[in-house]
Formats: sequence, structure tokens, C-alpha cells
Amino acid sequence: MHSIWRLLLPVIMVAVIGFGSGLFPSTTMAASGKAEQHSAAINSDGAEHESIAASLPAPKLKRSDYPDIGTSSRAIVWVVAQMHLFFGALVLAVPIFVLVIELIGFKTNDDRYDDMAHEFMKVSLTAYAITALFGGTLALSLFLLYPQFMSYMMQAFGSQVLVYAVLFFLESILLYIYYYGWDALRYGNRKWIHLTLGLLLNGVGTTLLVVANSWSTFMMAPSGIDPATGVVTGGIWEIMKGPLWNPLNLHRFLANIAFGGAVVGAYAAFKFLAARTAAEKAHYDWMGYTSNFIAILAFLPLPFAGYWLMAEVYAYSQQMGILAMGGILAWLFVIQAVLICTILLAGNYYLWTGMARTEGGARYRWLTKYIAVVLVLGFLVWITPHNVIYTGAEIAELGGGNHPMLGPLGIMPAKNIAVFCMLIFTFLSFQLYRRADKEITVAWQDWGNTLMIAIYIIAVANVIFAGVYYGYFTNTVYKVGSSVIQVMSTVVVIVAGVVIDGLMFKGARQLPVHWGKVSDRSQYALFALPIAFTWLMALMGYIRSSVRTHWHVYAVMEDKSPDNFIPPLATVGNMVTGITLLFLVFVLFIFWIANLSGTKQVPPAIVSKPAVAEGA
Amino acid sequence: MNALIKPLGFCVVLILAFGAFTYILPQVKGEAPEEEEVLVGTLTMDSFVAMGEKVYNGKGTCTLCHNKLGRAPDLLTYNVVKVSQERMANTQYQGKATDAEGYIRESMLEPSAYVVKGFGKKGSNDTESPMPAVDQAPIQLSELAIGAVIAYLQQKDGNPVTVALPTAAPESDKMDETVDASPAPPESPQEVIAKYGCTACHSILETQSVIGPNLNGVGKRLNIDEIRTSIIDPKAVIADGFPPIMPNFPAMTVAELEMVAQFLVKQIEAQP
Repeated sequence: MHSIWRLLLPVIMVAVIGFGSGLFPSTTMAASGKAEQHSAAINSDGAEHESIAASLPAPKLKRSDYPDIGTSSRAIVWVVAQMHLFFGALVLAVPIFVLVIELIGFKTNDDRYDDMAHEFMKVSLTAYAITALFGGTLALSLFLLYPQFMSYMMQAFGSQVLVYAVLFFLESILLYIYYYGWDALRYGNRKWIHLTLGLLLNGVGTTLLVVANSWSTFMMAPSGIDPATGVVTGGIWEIMKGPLWNPLNLHRFLANIAFGGAVVGAYAAFKFLAARTAAEKAHYDWMGYTSNFIAILAFLPLPFAGYWLMAEVYAYSQQMGILAMGGILAWLFVIQAVLICTILLAGNYYLWTGMARTEGGARYRWLTKYIAVVLVLGFLVWITPHNVIYTGAEIAELGGGNHPMLGPLGIMPAKNIAVFCMLIFTFLSFQLYRRADKEITVAWQDWGNTLMIAIYIIAVANVIFAGVYYGYFTNTVYKVGSSVIQVMSTVVVIVAGVVIDGLMFKGARQLPVHWGKVSDRSQYALFALPIAFTWLMALMGYIRSSVRTHWHVYAVMEDKSPDNFIPPLATVGNMVTGITLLFLVFVLFIFWIANLSGTKQVPPAIVSKPAVAEGA
Repeated sequence: MNALIKPLGFCVVLILAFGAFTYILPQVKGEAPEEEEVLVGTLTMDSFVAMGEKVYNGKGTCTLCHNKLGRAPDLLTYNVVKVSQERMANTQYQGKATDAEGYIRESMLEPSAYVVKGFGKKGSNDTESPMPAVDQAPIQLSELAIGAVIAYLQQKDGNPVTVALPTAAPESDKMDETVDASPAPPESPQEVIAKYGCTACHSILETQSVIGPNLNGVGKRLNIDEIRTSIIDPKAVIADGFPPIMPNFPAMTVAELEMVAQFLVKQIEAQP
């Protein structure tokens, strides 16, 4: 054990210290000697100092600079990059909630948590190898198909990419020790060592995530360079900390957890349907419930992170923001609405059906139809487009380009009302589910319930009022501001719900929960979740990337490749569908491998014995 | 095996359903602006103004924000020249322009010189514009294109165009692909009709076609305003019995429109 730490510590120290002090220059020093220049740079401590940056301007490309391999280069990179991101998201997210589950198991002394966490890691481990394979393929594809672009990116990020490689080694080492050392470090003080390894694993994994994110955000909103020429003028920290970096970090962090939870939920559902014994069904029902809990819990704050990201996009470039939200790409948000509503409906449906396994669930069943009505109405408002392409006769009949009744539902204020109401009511489902297996005994329960109901009513009224008043009766500046009120109203409901319930559950009588006593149909919600999440991730990734339009690095390095256009939406749909199907194939492989590892062939001698016995 | 087949089928159907949804959305392709060489010496004022309109709606990406949705002032709803004079007289004006042409140019190159109330960057108290300088990336308009846009903004409300037509320069300039670079603008309504291929669908000028309404005698059915509307917005009113297939002619200049409208309104003799 000591020898491992002796090996790891220097590497971590070099990476961390070197990263902070600028040991890794952002450019290859004196790469050509042609464009050496002095520039004032501000290091991470904020002290201004004189540094020498040697860099060439961003190359101005011609179509002939791109290798032609007979098929669309963009399509190849699109597929490989998205697959890498899917599996990367899975392997970075799963250890996060596995660590939490493991800690709960340790603190409660309940082995079931530990076993479930271990099983989650089994799924993640196979995905890790696939992540690395797609990552390698992506790097090779980019260097082959976009050599000049990659040359510029290497020039900008310099040795930072080697830090990434070092982190990848660390991630691999920690992951394998964490997984294979599970049973060896299971009890007592050894468990603390295992938990510490898990913490380190997540620390390195999250660092990997934010380092890779800096490449994407640099392409969207470059920093640390001369905007006119693309010459690198700043240190690596200035290049990394562009305006979109932290919003994307938060958004991806949350989305990864939601995605990871959904995928392992599908694994649990698959195992539930295949289970032959009541004990197996109970175990995988509980596993599926936990996965859904994780996915929805991480999903609920995701719109807020998305809002921050888009607000920063607008602040960086209004043109870019409008292209995404009001231009050619805006239509894709109609599909986003369908996907998110699928997630919410599936998540809610799973919770409602899950109440059947608790004896106290019947108390709240009457409420589910009202929640369903809100969700469906929200869905209908969300997918209402602002306008569609009409014929002249239709325009004449409508009296304009927008429908007189439905037109107002097509703009953002209406959709914000719909989204926040759906989130609030999804939390209500969640809260009801949590209450379903408890009988509250505190003396102030009536006051507590009244307070909770009042918070719901005020929050919903606030969301509707802010959306209607600021959205339709004030100018654009205030429209954006109204979202803050709506976000805060929703957050207050969630926080108040958790706190009030936490206090009310003290001393509550636990009602029996019959794990495994849910319908097979409920498990299909656990399949719908990862499918919608996967489609959604691919779609939103495409939108995020496409707002750069015909730029490799926005406004700095122009894309002159044959694929520098925004494809028609059906083409986007075909690509995303194909990628999601491919992901499904690989996920099936992972599930199969995870299942195979637990399968033991019965020795031939044992198989033949019963036959002998029967004969005898 | 059944535990796998049914969920798998469910997942595949769901994935395909999401994909199918994209087919019912408008299929628009966003082309990257391509550069095309335009011979400056061949431009006329009409084609210069038409070029400006193309840039305004195309490569300039002006309409992304300057539209009725309120992100930026909708320049098509007011007389830009007249308003320019008022803005220059405003005490908040920080620029150096002395006439409308200079003001419009300045607002394109230094958008923060004057920020219209309510349209500044968030937190800037309307002292900083969110609009990028149009000669810089990502828009990168050439001097020729900037001049054309100014000419278009002046001419759209009937103001005289003060931008000097770049006729003498021998060098070429790079422009958006949609720019109409035809060297000789039509000088007669017959040439306009020929240029836009009206006879492909309409009976007029001794040609016969039944795809669109017969334009011989159109002056008896429609007044000049209705004729103009039919050309500018063909789908506004569809003649009974004819399909709504007539395209818009965004490259048609005001002079061409007037020429052909005046010609058509005089066609009062119905012919077979």
C-alpha cells in the first residue's frame, strides 16, 4: 500500500503545483521564431508580470487544407466525439454517487448499500475502457481530419494536454484500486481508506472534466489570445477561464450525474425484469428506485445551470445567443421540450407507480391525476412553436404570421412558466413519494403541512405572475430578469420541502415497504429515462457546438471545410438517432459483460451427478 | 430473453420516434457565407442598394437582433436617416458623425458611440452596446458591403442615397454569395420581365403560359398598389384556381419594381 502512495504522490504534486504555477506553458516556446512577442500576462495570483509568448496567428484555411477521405469528416468526428462524451459522462458520474451510497452504507452499517454501490461500479468499469477507446479514436480522427485546427489548439493549450494525460493515468489507477480493492477494504478503518480512494478518484475525474471542458469553451468563446489574429497572449489559466467555462462545468457536472443515474437505472430495470426470485426482484427494484432518485435529483437543478450557461452566452455574444435561442437552431428546442417532458413524465410515472410498494402510498394517489394534468399542459405549452411556415392563404386567414391565440404561448415567458411549474410539480411527486412510507407524528404536523401548501401556492403564483407580467407587459431587459424570480421560487419550494420534511420526519413511524412489488410496466419508465437523456445530451451538445457556425474557434479561426454549414434539422435528427442507437448497442454490451462476470459455469462433474443419482 | 427483447424494442421505438419528430420541423440549412468576387466597376446604384439589402438580411446577420422581437431597434420600422439626425443632437451621443451617412457607418463600426435607451449591455446603463463591430469577426463585412448597407438603409424610406457608388476602383472586393453582381440593370419593363422569368408562368409580352394568372389585362383587375403587393409578397393574395408557387424576388430593386408595376397597370386589354 505504501509503495503505491510513494508512486502516486509525486505525480499528483507535480501536476497540482505545476498547474498552479504555470509550469506548463500554453505555447511551444520559440516554436518557429516568426511571431515571438512579449506580452503582459496576469498569473493566477493576480500579479502582473512580463512573460514571453511565442505563438503564430490562427491559420486562415482553404478548403484544400482539409484531407478528403471520401466521407464527411464532421460526421465521423461527430459520432466519435459524442460516444466519447456519453461514456465519459457515465464513468465520471457513477463514482460520484457510488461514493455517497458507500458512505451511507458505512454510516448506517447496512451492507445492502455497499453491495449496490459495488454493482454500480461494475457497470462503470466496463464503460471506462470504452471511454478510453473512443477518446483515442477521437484524438486520431481530429489529427487526421482537422490537422491545422488541432495544430492551433495544441499551440494554445500547449503542455496542458499532457496534464490531461497524467490525470487520465491517475484516474485509471485510482479506478482500478477503488473497484478491485472494494472487498479488501470493506470494514473498519480500512473502509476509510477506501472512501478516501473514492474521494481522490472523484477529484481527479472532476478535474479531467473541467480540463476537457476548457477546450470546448475556448472554441466557443476564446480568451487569452489576441482576438484579431488568434496569437496566444495569455498564460494557460487565462486561456482556460473563458466566460463559458464555469457555466459549462456546472452544467456538465449535473447532467453527467443525471445521465449516469439514468443509465444504471436501466441496468437495474433490465435485471429486475430478468429476475427469477423475489429477493432478486426486491434488490433490483430498490436499485432502480435509487437510480431514479439520483437521476431526478440531479436533473431538477439542471435548468438553472442551463439558464446560467445561456445567460453567459448572451453576455459574451448576443448574436451567438440569439442564433441558439431565436435563430435557425431554435427549432431544436421544440425537440428539447419533447425530450425533457419525456424525462419528467417518466420520472413522475415511476414515482407514482412506486407508491404501490408502500402501504401509505394510497393516501396521496388522488393527487397524481392533478400533477399529470399540470405536466401535460406544461408539455403542450412548451412544444407550441412561436410560428411555423405558412402558405399565403393561411397567413391571410390568421391575419398575420402568428396564431392569435397560440402565438403568445410560443415565446419564452410562456415556456418558462410551463417549465418551472413542471419542475415544482415534479418535486411534489418526489415529496409525496418520500412521505408515502411514513406516518408523521410530530405535534405541529398540521402547521407544517399548511406551511408547505402555502409555499407551493405562493411559488406557483409567483412563477405565473412573473412570467405574465414581465414577459408580456415589459421590454426585453425585464423579460430576462423575470426568470430569476421564477428560478428563486422553484428553489425555495425544493429547499423548503427538504427542510420541512426533514423536521417533520423526526420520530415518524416507518410504514412497510414491499420492494419488488411494482409492476413490470413501471420499469419501462427506467428505460425511457436514459433514452431521453441520451438523445437530449446529443442534441444539446450539437446545439452548443453549432452556435460557433462556420468557426472552429469563434471569430478567430474560420472553418473552411466542406461541412462548415448548419445541416437541416432532419439531418441532425438522423445523426442524433444513429448515435443514440449506437450507444444503446454499447450499453447492451456493458450490461451483458456486467452480467457475465457474475455467471459461473457449473462444473461438468456436478452437472452429471444428478443424472447418476436419478439413475440410481 | 423476453426480458431483453421487449425493453430493447421499446428503446428503439422511442429513439426513432424522437428522430421522426425532427422531420416535421422546418428543414432549413444554414450555409456559411461564401466569398465571391464582385467587380466594383460594374455596380449601378440600384444593384448597390440591392446588395445592401442582401447583406442586411444575409451575411451581415443584422436581422438576428434588429427585428420585431425587441433585441435591438427594428430599423425597418422607422426612417433611419431622420432618426440619425435626432440621435446626433442627443446629449448622450459620443460619436463624431456630422451627417446621417456618417452616423449609420459609425453605429456599425463603433456601436457604443450611441446606445439606444433600453438596448445596452446588461449592467452598462446603456453606455455599452452588445452589437459587434461589423468589420470585425465574426461578421467581417468589407468596406463595400458596409457602404451598400448604408445605401439600403437610406433608400428604403425614400431618402437620397449619399454613399458614393464605388465605380472607378479597378480592384475587386469580396462579398456575400447572394450579392447580385449583374453588370447591367434592366432599363425597360420588358427587360425586367425577362430578367425575372415572369413569362415562365404568366401570359404576357406575347408569350402564353397557364401556370399563373394571365397578366394581359391585369390593369383592369388590380390597381398599382395591388400589383406591387403581388410582386413583393406573392402569397399575400393567391388568385383563385392557381397554386401558391410564385417565389419572392428579394433581389428586385425598387426601380425595377416600379418599372414593371407601371407597365402592368397599363395592361388593360385582355388577350387570350
